[in-house]
Amino acid sequence: MRAPSIFALSVFMSTASGLPASAQGPLPAGEQAAAYWDADALAASRAALRKEHGAGVSYYVLADRLEYQSNDGSPTLLFDGQGWWGSDSNRLWIKSEIEYDFTADRFEEAELQALWSRPIARYFDVQTGVRHDFQSGAERTFGVVGVQGLAPYWFEIDAAIFVSGQGDVSARFEAEYDLLITQRLILQPRTELNFAVQDVEDAGAGSGLSTAELGLRLRYEFTRQLAPYVGVNWVRAVGDTADFARADGDDPGAVSLVAGVRLWF
Amino acid sequence: MFSRRTLLKSAAGGGALAATSALLPAWARSATAGNKGIFELAGTEFDLTVGHSAVEIGGRAGHAITVNGTLPGPLLRFREGEKITLRVRNMLDESTSIHWHGLLVPFQMDGVPGVSFPGIAPRSTFTYEFAVPQSGTYWYHSHSGLQEQAGHYGPLIVDPAGEDPIKSDREYVLVLSDWSFDHPHKVFARLKKNNEVYNFQQRTAVDFVKDAGRIGLKGAIADRAMWGQMRMSATDISDATAAIYTYLINGHATADNWTAIFNPGECVRLRIINASAMTIFNFRIPGLPMTVVAADGLAVQPVETDEFQIGVAETYDVIVSPEKPRAFALVAEAIDRFGQVVATLAPEAGLVATAPLLRERPILTHKDMGMAAMDHGSMGDAPMAGMDHGAMAGMDHGAISGDAMAAEAMQEHDHKRGAGVDNVAMAPTNRLDEPGLGLENVPHRALRYSQLRSLTRNPDLRPPEREMEIHLTGNMERYMWSFDGVKFSAVDGPIIFNEGERLRVTLVNDTMMTHPIHLHGMFFDLVVDDSDFKPRKHTVNVKPGDKLSFDVTADHVGDWAFHCHLLFHMHAGMMQVVSVMPRKTAMLGAGDKPAISPAPDATKTDDHGGHH
Repeated sequence: MRAPSIFALSVFMSTASGLPASAQGPLPAGEQAAAYWDADALAASRAALRKEHGAGVSYYVLADRLEYQSNDGSPTLLFDGQGWWGSDSNRLWIKSEIEYDFTADRFEEAELQALWSRPIARYFDVQTGVRHDFQSGAERTFGVVGVQGLAPYWFEIDAAIFVSGQGDVSARFEAEYDLLITQRLILQPRTELNFAVQDVEDAGAGSGLSTAELGLRLRYEFTRQLAPYVGVNWVRAVGDTADFARADGDDPGAVSLVAGVRLWF
Repeated sequence: MFSRRTLLKSAAGGGALAATSALLPAWARSATAGNKGIFELAGTEFDLTVGHSAVEIGGRAGHAITVNGTLPGPLLRFREGEKITLRVRNMLDESTSIHWHGLLVPFQMDGVPGVSFPGIAPRSTFTYEFAVPQSGTYWYHSHSGLQEQAGHYGPLIVDPAGEDPIKSDREYVLVLSDWSFDHPHKVFARLKKNNEVYNFQQRTAVDFVKDAGRIGLKGAIADRAMWGQMRMSATDISDATAAIYTYLINGHATADNWTAIFNPGECVRLRIINASAMTIFNFRIPGLPMTVVAADGLAVQPVETDEFQIGVAETYDVIVSPEKPRAFALVAEAIDRFGQVVATLAPEAGLVATAPLLRERPILTHKDMGMAAMDHGSMGDAPMAGMDHGAMAGMDHGAISGDAMAAEAMQEHDHKRGAGVDNVAMAPTNRLDEPGLGLENVPHRALRYSQLRSLTRNPDLRPPEREMEIHLTGNMERYMWSFDGVKFSAVDGPIIFNEGERLRVTLVNDTMMTHPIHLHGMFFDLVVDDSDFKPRKHTVNVKPGDKLSFDVTADHVGDWAFHCHLLFHMHAGMMQVVSVMPRKTAMLGAGDKPAISPAPDATKTDDHGGHH
């Protein structure tokens, strides 16, 4: 291995672009290697390099609440999830909430949102798009404008305004907080408030604060990605919303024991 | 961590050990596998093959991308000034590359696809040819994708043309690295989805109760409120941790017990290379002082210490002189102290050094936020609450009492801000005289950059003629990383250096993490004082809230990568290109001084690596 070798710079130089740099005139900053290598191959690798260092695309799928709710003897299955796909600056954000009533054998709620999400601040995105409710009897489409992100003191916030095809305006505010009891045992208080500007009897929503929900869930993160939990959830319809519920023969308030799993990938 | 039971198991499992050893280069094989010294590929011509390999780490099978089939790759050894030919065959189905970390090669041989060459296409062979004007301990690694995390790295030694100023009876290379059984892209993707996915050392309610007992309830609440208001985590030390990593010394996990042999009384030179993708280590040998004799390959005036923090891509050479015939533990502990790797230095094979317990995890402070000057008694109370960095331009100075925020302490921030920048250091401090996160209060000596002095006088003693400031920026929550708030994918163009120019570059760390910043193609003189013997480095750990400077001579024309050597930070965009423009064209650089006369030699655009 110690045998001397012939250092033939000109040999590999000749395999490159051919002309020495000086004959081509000055090369621009960042493209000086074109004096030695094939300019097309170099340009392609330069584009790949830029893309690879900061322009990556990723995705996220979260089932935040996939749970059984006792719901005062009328058990329901709830799915509350979201996910995104895209870059740092533009994301397609999907949210869905589905509630299935075992007793009535029907979907109480089946909502899907498709949003375009863009960062507007260090910890917040602004989201615009559409929401469609699929549940029978209350099938409707909304325009959505919202913000989602991390508020001071580590509150996860999701707030949105919905305008239905009929011009009805409603809003929703959700907040979650993760309290680490240990590295893996996490207590999560959660609230959801729904508001409406006007009564929408078809949808069972009255003006003002229509429903309020409070939950407390205790999960154990076997991995950060997989965490079964138990908890309690309290939901209460307010004002006209409560009246509509009573008129339908429903209880305007319910306390549930819940058990489910939180997972993401 | 290892228990007595796993020790017995690995000692008894000779077969398994032999199988493991077969996947290691000869030099990295343990003394128990017959290695009593250093073995390597030496000479002037080298044939290297990049390919897929099955590896066994700590008894578990994994898949790696390797050089010549081993993890780490072979130790390459050549001599200062000799012409070297390295033929690299790419057996992968993707492009690859080898970057010679710290070697002053002509830029078209530097091995960064998209900067210095187009990369090595799948199933093709590329020939590197160069001579280097330096000697010392270096390493090589892929600069393509995330291959480095998958095993594509190895050590490299350049022997001096003349006499080695560093004398020893025996030497070993210690390649520190972080191995993940998960695919690197998966690890990065998880961090992008949830930046705390691997952090199992967060502050909990239990910690809160303990703190309340220690500093009082009011203090504990104020502290949590301050961090909560900022939406910053005091335990955000490492992104990827031992939750995903098995740390390695020479390809051996702790359970594999890599062993180096010494005779009592010998001077043993350890060439320590941090070849990790994401892990800054604290290195120590309990009971054995170390004399640091080289940093980043270049000789320094000997300085004795007991521990040092080694950033990713840094190298240190130390001399140890064990007198007692006993086993010493070579300990590389991750900066977040969630994991470590231990090897053995012993007078004979078969001994296992006692691994120390992991020490308590470090907690970040105001200083790490770049608020050192503001760190006074009232800090825990009101002022922080009104301090929104996003709106810092309009910050209410009245909210901060006293003279601590004197005008000179205020840091200017004329770089881009936005969603990618979650913090700016309002009052960063020079932290070169500190040993690094978590080592401030260890009960023994810990090395500081300010202790390092070059063995030889710095080659360029001109005062800097131009200064520039570069901010290290990021948003941990979004897992975005950048220089000056702009990801590499979005930069307008390279940073311009003009050939022959002497520059002072100041790095301001606006983030709360330590970033090992690496400049290709040039050693820089770390401004620890105004002496002519400043330590010369290729990589520097910039601590959280740190503001440090280096002086550099732009003597190697070409395009050079400049980046954070935490692989995932670079991948997220914490990278730039430094273009050293030949004098003839330097005046074309936007915003530069126009009065540079054309260079007499217009053909002087090629190789500058051979002379230094």
